[in-house]
Amino acid sequence: MTNESLDVARRLILDPLALGASDLDCVMATMLGAAIDDADIYLQQSRYESWALEDGMVKEGSHSIDQGAGLRAVSGEKTGFAYSDEIALPTLIEAARNARAIAVAGASGPSRVEARETPPRLYLPIDPIPSLSEQDKIDLLRRLDAEARRLDPRVEQVIVSLSGGSSAVLVLDRDGAMHGDVRPLVRLNVSVIVQQDGRREQGSSGGGARADYRYFLEGDRASGYVREAVRLALVNLEAGEAPAGTMTVVLGPGWPGVLLHEAIGHGLEGDFNRKGTSAFSGRVGERVASPLCTVVDDGTLPGRRGSLNIDDEGTVTQCTTLIENGILRGYMQDKLNARLMGVRPTGNGRRESYAHLPMPRMTNTYMLPGATPPEEIIESVQHGLYAKNFGGGQVDITSGKFVFSASEAYLIENGRIGRPVKGATLIGNGPDVLTRVSLVGNDLALDSGVGTCGKDGQSVPVGVGQPTLRVDGLTVGGTSV
Amino acid sequence: MSVGRQELKGDAGPGTESQRLDELAELIGRSLDSAAERGASGAEAAVSVDRGLSVAVRMGEVETIEYHRSQGFGVTVYFGHRKGSASSTDLSPKAVADTVAAACRIAQYAAEDPYGGLPDADTLAREFPELDVFHPWNLDADGAIRIATECENAARGFDPEISNSDGASLDTFQGVRMLGNTLGFMHGYASSRHSLSCSVIGQRDGQMQRDDWWTVARAPQDLEAAAEVGRKAAERTLGRLGARSLTTRQCPVVFAADIASSLLGHFIAAIRGGNLYRKSSFLLDCLGKPIFPEFVRIHEQPHLPRALGSVPYDSEGVATYPRDLVSQGVLQSYVLSTYSARKLGLKSTGNAGGVHNLTVEPGALDLPELLKAMGSGLLVTEMMGQGVNIVTGDYSRGAAGFWVENGVIQYPVEEITIAGNLRSMFKGIQAIGSDVDARGNTRTGSILIDTMTVAGN
Repeated sequence: MTNESLDVARRLILDPLALGASDLDCVMATMLGAAIDDADIYLQQSRYESWALEDGMVKEGSHSIDQGAGLRAVSGEKTGFAYSDEIALPTLIEAARNARAIAVAGASGPSRVEARETPPRLYLPIDPIPSLSEQDKIDLLRRLDAEARRLDPRVEQVIVSLSGGSSAVLVLDRDGAMHGDVRPLVRLNVSVIVQQDGRREQGSSGGGARADYRYFLEGDRASGYVREAVRLALVNLEAGEAPAGTMTVVLGPGWPGVLLHEAIGHGLEGDFNRKGTSAFSGRVGERVASPLCTVVDDGTLPGRRGSLNIDDEGTVTQCTTLIENGILRGYMQDKLNARLMGVRPTGNGRRESYAHLPMPRMTNTYMLPGATPPEEIIESVQHGLYAKNFGGGQVDITSGKFVFSASEAYLIENGRIGRPVKGATLIGNGPDVLTRVSLVGNDLALDSGVGTCGKDGQSVPVGVGQPTLRVDGLTVGGTSV
Repeated sequence: MSVGRQELKGDAGPGTESQRLDELAELIGRSLDSAAERGASGAEAAVSVDRGLSVAVRMGEVETIEYHRSQGFGVTVYFGHRKGSASSTDLSPKAVADTVAAACRIAQYAAEDPYGGLPDADTLAREFPELDVFHPWNLDADGAIRIATECENAARGFDPEISNSDGASLDTFQGVRMLGNTLGFMHGYASSRHSLSCSVIGQRDGQMQRDDWWTVARAPQDLEAAAEVGRKAAERTLGRLGARSLTTRQCPVVFAADIASSLLGHFIAAIRGGNLYRKSSFLLDCLGKPIFPEFVRIHEQPHLPRALGSVPYDSEGVATYPRDLVSQGVLQSYVLSTYSARKLGLKSTGNAGGVHNLTVEPGALDLPELLKAMGSGLLVTEMMGQGVNIVTGDYSRGAAGFWVENGVIQYPVEEITIAGNLRSMFKGIQAIGSDVDARGNTRTGSILIDTMTVAGN
């Protein structure tokens, strides 16, 4: 099988610059020396656009091109890094000298050539921008605006945004092997404000994928976002005070999987565990969840926002089991941390762009389905909270404490879903929250493609997912005591 | 169309920066001409070039050395009231021309928006106060490593309970930026920014905690001493060891100065023009009304010498000026760009791109006195998550800090949330501390709020 993604990336990045493979070899040679354990050259060219509608009209659009090169030399635990927005031979050589300066001391690891795998093709090497005409993009936004206003007279404001583009990357590794990928990404978001008797509430919904814009036209997808945004806003109009205190919480399927991302995902990234700074450090083989829980990080799901054919170090992505039937199995690794921990890279070496260093990052993190129908999970709860939709979350890796904020929640009374309550933050302890999972639904869902994860100032697109879960004891941060 | 242009006024001082400014002014001039040739009735362009060095040390060893070189060009064009924008990191003449063309192409499809367009000419900055924001640091990697190492060593050596480290890092950046538009505005200046931070981990009875401290300044000599930064990081970490949860309750809360700025951030979000004209704020129609208790004054000081938030003009070239947002607790002014001001029938306040050195007038009590004034309650020193709804003012965030009784800190707490509504939280401010944290773009002392709901175990 030919590697079309690599060919397209090479054509997009190298051809216009009149740079050849031999030029890059020369740059790599400048970086390599006796004390260098690893080195790479990362070339990237990205093109994105966005269109936004408010007040019933598409007021503005924007277009951006970002390109550059990042050069890295690694010696032991030390990393030297230089980047530039200019991809030209003299600049690259200068950057290579800067990066190499890291290796003032240290021994060289043995040079090894890894078996070359042909990466899978989880998405096509395309540029989504021309997949709809400009007029069609504008007509789509206007149609969605009209649909939202038609759904309910209480809809007062509608903001719709459409963005898309593609990033071509080339990674030249120390063995001279060239890896390439072209990563399309599209995103559509609908946000509404509803008003009733002077009370205003907001609702938003959206989705995205590694595909072109026609993704949103398949079936009823774009209109579905509109209905969901309006529904959420209207539910919030009726919401009363949220309860405060520790209680049984049922988490809905899909995006509420942000629980897994925060509570355990970050804590299982290789860098924190190599350094012993994670609440999960040194706990492989131990029970960290109830036996009902199996959690994976899977970069190989076709078309998903968090998926990658290869990571940003050229490693082919995989499905990594993090927790199997409650037992911690392994961490997510990039090349540096894998080498220092004596394990294999897991295809989780990601970076925001050429201007940032790669580190272990999640792709699509989700829990496998259990056996219980979701209705039975609700029925099992006497008194608690059903949290169906969430905003974002955050975690303190070291103490293990994490939060995530519900944006749609209901009280559960005597096994039935009761009145809606306002959004509230939920807080828990990562290493033990999953030990309190007492029921796992048979309704695994992945999120609609909206996640962006931040770590050390770097943002990357990710996915999450889970079935309906019952957690016996999470602290709910409402106002009603 | 004729394009008038005022003389370049660079504050960059001698040498390469002023040369750089000339080159950038020429690049902007070319792009504005190119927009006009394509039929744009108005255009605005900005360009920036930055250089920097970051080093990180961990456990006494160098972890990373990063050399930064970045640049960016952005242009917004108007065809009457139709708008298009584009940006590129490639500053070559061809890339700049392509970028202008991309912006013009987008404008063809944008809707006619009567409020869109360049700023009113009379709002553009004509005077350029000396802000003293350019103090480049001629520091090589070895020098940076020495400082970061001293900082981390001070933290690691502070106490045997400091068992591990996330390291210390030193960053130094300098750059020039230039802004021009077809109303004749053209100005640029150089600025610098240096920072040092340290984060260490403590361990006691099987519990691990991490905390950090940092310093940031325009001039290297204004940074806190490296050993001081390390010592504070260690002290903060040790203070958190032994943290437990609280039972659910309602009680007064003190937000420590360095996180109290987040409350001001929510206030600014609620009086930003964009959220007001979209009716997405809990402070709609509040101009001239009391939002805070009478003793509260909040003002903007955009021209403070050497301050981090100081700018002569906003991101549209509109002059910035010192003014009160809140005096005697009453809302005096919104935070507006040209566009949001027009939507609201008002004038721009020079806040395209945000506020500049937002300042809460400090009170008389230092932190210990503030805790005495609180009596028994929660001192919050760390917040987690988003959990703030600007449309409704509903507030619910994760927190960590200390439980206080009779004004005396009892023990550290964690895994709790604090909740309320911003409207009543603002009204419920009892006192503002004298312990101003002046590091960032918001300067405030600690803030005591009468009551919030604390959820725990």
